[in-house]
Amino acid sequence: MNFETKLKRFFAIAIVAFMPLSCSDEFLDVDSFEEDSENFFNTEQDYQNALIAAYDLLQSTYINVMLGEIASDNTLAGGESATDVPGIQEIDDMVHTPLNQQLQDMWGWMFSGVNRANYILEFKDKTDFAGKNVIIAEATFLRAYYYFELVKWFGDVPLSVDRRLLFGDQDVIERTPVAEVYAQIEQDLLFAIDNLPEVQSQTGRATRGAAQALLGKAYLYQDKFTEAANVLNDLINSGTYDLLADYSTMFENDNENNIESVFEVQYTDIEGAGFGCLQCSEGNVAVGFNGIRNYAGPLFESGFSFNVPVQEAYDAFEDGDLRRDVAILDINAWAEANQDFASGAGISFVEGFEHTGYYNRKYIARQGDLNTGDANLTNPNNYRAIRFADVLLMAAEALNRGGINEALAQTYLNRVRTRAGLADVMATGSTLTDAIYQERRVELVGEGHRFFDLVRTGRAATEIDGFQTGKHELFPIPAIEIELAGNRWAQNPGY
Amino acid sequence: MKRELLLLVLGLFTCSIYAQGLMVRGTVYDASLNEPLPGVNVVVKGTTQGTSTDFDGNFVLPDVKVGDVLVFSYISFKTQEVTLENLAPLSIYLQEDLNSLDEVVVIGYGTQTKKEITGAVAVVGSETIEELNPQRIEQALQGQVAGVQITSSSGSPGAASNIRIRGISTNGDNRPLILVDGNVIEDLSVINPGDIESINVLKDATAGIYGVRAANGVVLITTKTGRRNTGLKFSYNAYGGFQETSRRLPLLNATEYALIINEAHAAGGQPNPFPVVGNLGQGTDWQDRVFQRAPIFNHDISVSGGGEKSTYSASASLLTQDGIVGGDKANFKRWTTRINYNLDVFEKLKLTANLLYTGTDRSALPENSLGSVLFNALNNAPTFSVRDANGDFTLAEGLGNEVINPVAQIANTFNDTDVQRISGKFGLDYEVLPNITAVTSLQFNYAEVEGRSFLPEVFYGSGKVFNIDRNVVSTSDNIFRDYTFDAFLNYATILGENHDLKATLGMSVFKTRGKFSGFTGFDIPDNSFKNAFIENASDVVDNFINGGDEFDSRLLSYFARVQYNYAGKYLLSAVIRRDGSTAFGPRNRFGWFPSGSAGWVVSEEEFLRDSNFITFMKFRGSYGIVGNDRIPANAFRSVLSGEGAYVFDDQLLFGQAVGLISNPEIQWEEQKTLDVGVDMRLFKDHVNITADYFNRRTENLLVSPPVSGILGASAPGSGSPVVNAGTVENRGFEFALGYDESINEDLSFGINYNVTFLDNEVISVNNGVGFIPGGAFGVGQEPPSRMEDGFPLGYFYGLETDGLFQNAGEVSAHATQANAAPGDLRFVDQNGDGVIDLDDRTYIGDPIPDATMGLNISVNYKNWDFGAYAFASIGNEIVRNYERNQPLVNRSIYTLNRWRGEGTSTTFPRVTTGATSNTLFSDFFVEDGSFVRIQNVQLGYTLPSDWMEKMGADSLRFYLSVNNLYTFTEYKGYDPSASSGAPIGGGIDQGFYPVPRTYFLGVNFKF
Repeated sequence: MNFETKLKRFFAIAIVAFMPLSCSDEFLDVDSFEEDSENFFNTEQDYQNALIAAYDLLQSTYINVMLGEIASDNTLAGGESATDVPGIQEIDDMVHTPLNQQLQDMWGWMFSGVNRANYILEFKDKTDFAGKNVIIAEATFLRAYYYFELVKWFGDVPLSVDRRLLFGDQDVIERTPVAEVYAQIEQDLLFAIDNLPEVQSQTGRATRGAAQALLGKAYLYQDKFTEAANVLNDLINSGTYDLLADYSTMFENDNENNIESVFEVQYTDIEGAGFGCLQCSEGNVAVGFNGIRNYAGPLFESGFSFNVPVQEAYDAFEDGDLRRDVAILDINAWAEANQDFASGAGISFVEGFEHTGYYNRKYIARQGDLNTGDANLTNPNNYRAIRFADVLLMAAEALNRGGINEALAQTYLNRVRTRAGLADVMATGSTLTDAIYQERRVELVGEGHRFFDLVRTGRAATEIDGFQTGKHELFPIPAIEIELAGNRWAQNPGY
Repeated sequence: MKRELLLLVLGLFTCSIYAQGLMVRGTVYDASLNEPLPGVNVVVKGTTQGTSTDFDGNFVLPDVKVGDVLVFSYISFKTQEVTLENLAPLSIYLQEDLNSLDEVVVIGYGTQTKKEITGAVAVVGSETIEELNPQRIEQALQGQVAGVQITSSSGSPGAASNIRIRGISTNGDNRPLILVDGNVIEDLSVINPGDIESINVLKDATAGIYGVRAANGVVLITTKTGRRNTGLKFSYNAYGGFQETSRRLPLLNATEYALIINEAHAAGGQPNPFPVVGNLGQGTDWQDRVFQRAPIFNHDISVSGGGEKSTYSASASLLTQDGIVGGDKANFKRWTTRINYNLDVFEKLKLTANLLYTGTDRSALPENSLGSVLFNALNNAPTFSVRDANGDFTLAEGLGNEVINPVAQIANTFNDTDVQRISGKFGLDYEVLPNITAVTSLQFNYAEVEGRSFLPEVFYGSGKVFNIDRNVVSTSDNIFRDYTFDAFLNYATILGENHDLKATLGMSVFKTRGKFSGFTGFDIPDNSFKNAFIENASDVVDNFINGGDEFDSRLLSYFARVQYNYAGKYLLSAVIRRDGSTAFGPRNRFGWFPSGSAGWVVSEEEFLRDSNFITFMKFRGSYGIVGNDRIPANAFRSVLSGEGAYVFDDQLLFGQAVGLISNPEIQWEEQKTLDVGVDMRLFKDHVNITADYFNRRTENLLVSPPVSGILGASAPGSGSPVVNAGTVENRGFEFALGYDESINEDLSFGINYNVTFLDNEVISVNNGVGFIPGGAFGVGQEPPSRMEDGFPLGYFYGLETDGLFQNAGEVSAHATQANAAPGDLRFVDQNGDGVIDLDDRTYIGDPIPDATMGLNISVNYKNWDFGAYAFASIGNEIVRNYERNQPLVNRSIYTLNRWRGEGTSTTFPRVTTGATSNTLFSDFFVEDGSFVRIQNVQLGYTLPSDWMEKMGADSLRFYLSVNNLYTFTEYKGYDPSASSGAPIGGGIDQGFYPVPRTYFLGVNFKF
């Protein structure tokens, strides 16, 4: 063969050989580089990893806490201007409609939490290992936590048990009546109580006490006073928790997960965050939102001046109540006290919309954190979701309103009052009930409980301007959510 | 070179000695290259007597006589006729015919002559690119091709442009498929425009040969190669110049500002911030402080040539460009080297090998966002100086959380993106049988993209969201690899006398892989960019801890095409392609994409053949289905790519969670495209007309619309599933007219005009709510843009205004409007419920132009050449969103015309610091973004060729050029041509970095 023939042959072969290369359709069967969600839960670590992800959505409840306060008579929306986050402004003014971005966020985030908990529970029988029930119990606790938020805000909501809601389900699933959702919450928490340890392996995980407290709260919301009293008494008597002696240190970052914290949502400042995904922040977004606008001065840091307490909330404290100046910052008094700041220039801040002169001191930004960017969104302050004081007051309320044990109710109430430097209340009956209500307000101001306390005790219409009975007990299902689910769900009454 | 010229001259001289007989000798040159042209046909008109030029462009034609007419013709050159006046040797300079009907056009896996094409294909040649001096290829397409819209997302150096062919059809990815010599290159910043021979745009269903990737059209770019039988040629092109902003916005000076601020505070019941105004003067012009003149330089050297069996070309280029904002903080550098080599290994086997290396280096400033440099320049108070008495940057105190000192911001911005890329091609072309050619080629790309950004510890003022208390460095190192393997057989035959049949059968394999890594760390020593490396950082976080750091996408395709042509009159073409894409699940993985086209060359018919009026006329039509698979990987299956992080024991732990909500049912998007067009040449080819009507209907639109919240799509790291939900139609009409004329030997000119009318309509969005929201306006407001049934994609959805309330009576007579007072905007109560709220929002404009057009004029007089390019966009709206609604920020001078009492204004509302609804998204912020832009004016002078010969060079041309000379527009902002390119949320101006005006001095030297 001469050279040219050789070459010809070589290239002819090369071309023919190339033609069928990779021609098979199997060429397109490519595995994903990430794990397939349907082929997971093969090790204990898989369960733990899915559980961490289920906890993650607790951090997004910052919006529930903020709005629970703003909707009440404790605070105004504030912010920069009347058009700064219209969804928040409207809820403050009780003119919210089914078109509300923040309610839509909350709806989506709480269901995201439900779905992540259900993901674990859907596969709870796949792999066995020692201690699995603790993980399962944490998952049921979380599902109960998220569903409790959903029924509080929206009433009847689609209920899914041990099964994720997958694409397509939105076209068929119905809203489940509140009672059934509560039944599931109770069942989940009872399972959690039975399987969670008194003290967890790691700080931040749900404990038996947390499940008991949440169950007591769920009972109380249904006026099941006996059940509430029982479970809360169990918790109180366990001795695991106690009131913190010094209320003033309660909300500081160096006193997180203290003896009074029955359940705390954990935040950190080590990771950055942005407005594009507030729910992705590992920090407490509400703290930055509540902060003093353009503040320069000692102790605190700047924020967006939302959620500003009103004079009435400030005045709700009795004289001598040690809690008032811990709970509410009087910015003018603070300015007065810090005239020496910056070589005599004093502190500076900008008055935002609906400026009242007060800030929600429990949850405004403090100096000393890492301020990872965006510093307003990454404040590390944990949210004390269920405090022992709250437990005592819930137990007192159940004991009193259920006519179970007035003396014990007084004892619990007065434990809280004593710590606040106040005299004991010796009243009984409805006077005691009112005293407990009053105590809840001042003890828990700024912590997001007030609106629902008013609603569940039938006092919202008299206390909240613009509140319409028969309508505002529930928030509207976001209109877009009704449409996206095929326009089958009835809107909540009045919207 | 000089020696060769000398020989040539001597040759001519000797020729003349022998030219006494009945024959003529001569040499034919390529007029533009001044190079001998081999293979030119030389015929005595009206006879069959002729010859062709040899390797050196020489010819000898015997048996001629004075008075004979010689016809010189060569493909892609204008035919020239010369009457013999004597028998002296001839020097013939043939002009390249840019509009030749015989010009070969790349159409995908093959070529066709312009005459034969049945699809809507547009061509931009290297001459246009040379004249426009683009830094990026996209800029050369702007206004050049009917139906192609180019918008730049920014005028900053290295910023990307958006190419939209015949409108936008999805809220997903609207980018066309871009192939450079058959190689998929999506990032056009890596290409030196000087390397481009031609850009072909396939606009209709003939793009169907590219199947599942062709829905947004196809851009085929061919790079320069050498020419056979030519000697070594060098060319050096360079330009240098400076850029400046094309616009400054008229703002209030310090005195005007203080008066307005005082008035606003008085209206809001607050004390005057400026009790004394008299001493304020002009104050600081922040725009002056951020805009600067910035240099730009480009050098480009190339060699090319070819022997009998090979051609080669090699080039190298270097571009450096500083920004008109930020100077070297917004710098772009690009260096490229390229080699193209073609060889006839032996007679029937041809080899093609290309290699391209590109490096780019870019740094950038925050742009087009709340808090961008220009946003700050517009909003910062003129009463602040740049630096205080201590020489420190002033703090923008009192201007809200976002407005900061823009000069300080530039000084504290540090970032750098470095791209290294190698692309190559190895192709074989083998004539298996006389009629059958087998072609295989392998194209590959390898790119490494390294990024680093550093946010130093900085304090811009109390509560500023851009304050950094803890410095942070982010690095990324991404690697992209892909290859395309094509193999196909071409069959061509002529049956009988007139049946010309061609067929193509082939396959293509495409595989692309990427690997990402990135880290974020804190506490860089000395707060210095110099030290800003991840090794020096603490608390380092892996940005890909949730996965998503790798992808592998593939396509497997088979295609067949038949082209039939009867006597050059009747043209038919049909294509079918089967594509498999890893973007879809096993059930919907494969798609069939058929298309067909037909043409009728009327001018070949008897009744027109001898027409002096119509020299060429072709009707053509095409219809077909093309696809789109540009969706995120793994959209059809559920993978754990979500984010699930929580804190236990004060440690942030990372779990695993579901990423995008999966939809196993997704399938390719289908675009049904109809095109009917006509190509005409009139008056001896002096007039050139192309007109097309098109209707692109995109069905099964691949979108990620909002889905029910109960599915958990809003969880961190999750997202809406990709679904086939919707139909969008783009209907339009394109018209292009060219006219060129040579008045005499010295003077010639050409005019080209094109216009596109486009009507975009969303036919349906089947996601349950019938719309998809997007974009951002102001702070904390509802999304201002929508994709919704019955409206243009991405239209603006807000309140309609009806002038201003002139008095209290008008306020009380109107529907209840929160905080309304005389002097405020009066919103229309669309639903008539007596309350102005978000339910009263309606269509208030859209960013899609009704018409776009381009006009190019060129004049050549002796050695002078002049060119001017303009383009226009008519009927597009743009949203003014660079004004921060804060009591103390600066404002535009239109505020001077504000309402100050009954009857003082019906347009500009009162100023007040009190609560007002004037800042809600309404048509007050929507402006007509129509514009006409003079994109380029250029004057060139080419030195006389006899001088060149003395220098031993081919040609030397100098030119002066201005890009973006002037823009006629009513728009108040910087640049009506800019758009983020987002289908929903585009056309919202948060302080666009304007496209600069650039003055160039350049040289083209060939030797």
